[in-house]
Amino acid sequence: MHELGVTESIAGIVLRHARMNGAKRVLKVNIKLGELTGIVDHYVAFYWDMVTKDTVAEGAELNFIKVPTMARCARCEEDFHIQEYDLTCPRCGEIASDIVSGREFLVESIEIE
Amino acid sequence: MDIEVLEGVFDANEKIARENEELFRSRGVLAVNLMASPGAGKTSLVIRTLELLRGKLRIGVIEGDIASSVDAEKVKSQGVPVVQINTGGVCHLDAAMIRQALDHLDLAALDLVIIENVGNLVCPAEFKLGEGLRAMILSVPEGHDKPLKYPLMFSDSQVLVVNKTDLLGMGDFDMDELRSTVLRMNPRVAIFEVSCRTGEGLQDWADWLEERARENLKGVDEGST
Repeated sequence: MHELGVTESIAGIVLRHARMNGAKRVLKVNIKLGELTGIVDHYVAFYWDMVTKDTVAEGAELNFIKVPTMARCARCEEDFHIQEYDLTCPRCGEIASDIVSGREFLVESIEIE
Repeated sequence: MDIEVLEGVFDANEKIARENEELFRSRGVLAVNLMASPGAGKTSLVIRTLELLRGKLRIGVIEGDIASSVDAEKVKSQGVPVVQINTGGVCHLDAAMIRQALDHLDLAALDLVIIENVGNLVCPAEFKLGEGLRAMILSVPEGHDKPLKYPLMFSDSQVLVVNKTDLLGMGDFDMDELRSTVLRMNPRVAIFEVSCRTGEGLQDWADWLEERARENLKGVDEGST
């Protein structure tokens, strides 16, 4: 729902790093996106062209690296992919797992020329 | 040329949220981020909570709305300090808005600040405000299937208040199903069943919240000695 604001934040980060590195053009932006964030990547891509118009990032490809929601069982330490947000450990049945990934949302790297 | 960035998209918000958190902590104030969809009963729960904790805790309220001060006026009639934030179309509160609101609240004179977030089951969950407690409401007419459709808020809240229990039996809301779904997602969440209309169940919620605020105060006292 707030993909526009989020896209502006991404553009801010990308343009700052592009400037710091004297980029003439940004070719690609690698974004880590956790499943649990609820951010819809194609909406971000949709706003991206609008937000970066007339900047060095105009036309840059957005590459989303999806991070699955993983949990670790507090009892048997099994790591498992959460299906339907069920934290029940598939190995021992304990329901006391901690979510260890899936909340990521970061600009990992950019490719510039 | 590849450039490593490793910068979180929410980093700017989270930095301010940490500053807010420190501000609340240093004044011994428990900040509660109260989230729910529109019409779930956020303002009603705030008002009922103020009534039940009157004379027990010093409470301030931050009202977040996209527009209007309808809710703030209602809360103000309870005789507590209220700050209204109008987000001007933004679908959630963020840490910077709270920072600005805090200029208008005397934290030294408060034990508990209830922040009523914008009515929305999605976006508020992604923006930390610097709260010590994340609370959410689900109301019976919304249905027991909401946790699976809006998982982040249900996964991240420390307490879930199920409101409008006076309407149980009028639809197909299944409380057992709701509890088991939520507890599979968030095993440590505290769940209260209440009706802000009849008052049923509210005392347990208020007692629990008072206890959390007192623990928070105790933490500050111990930290300062």
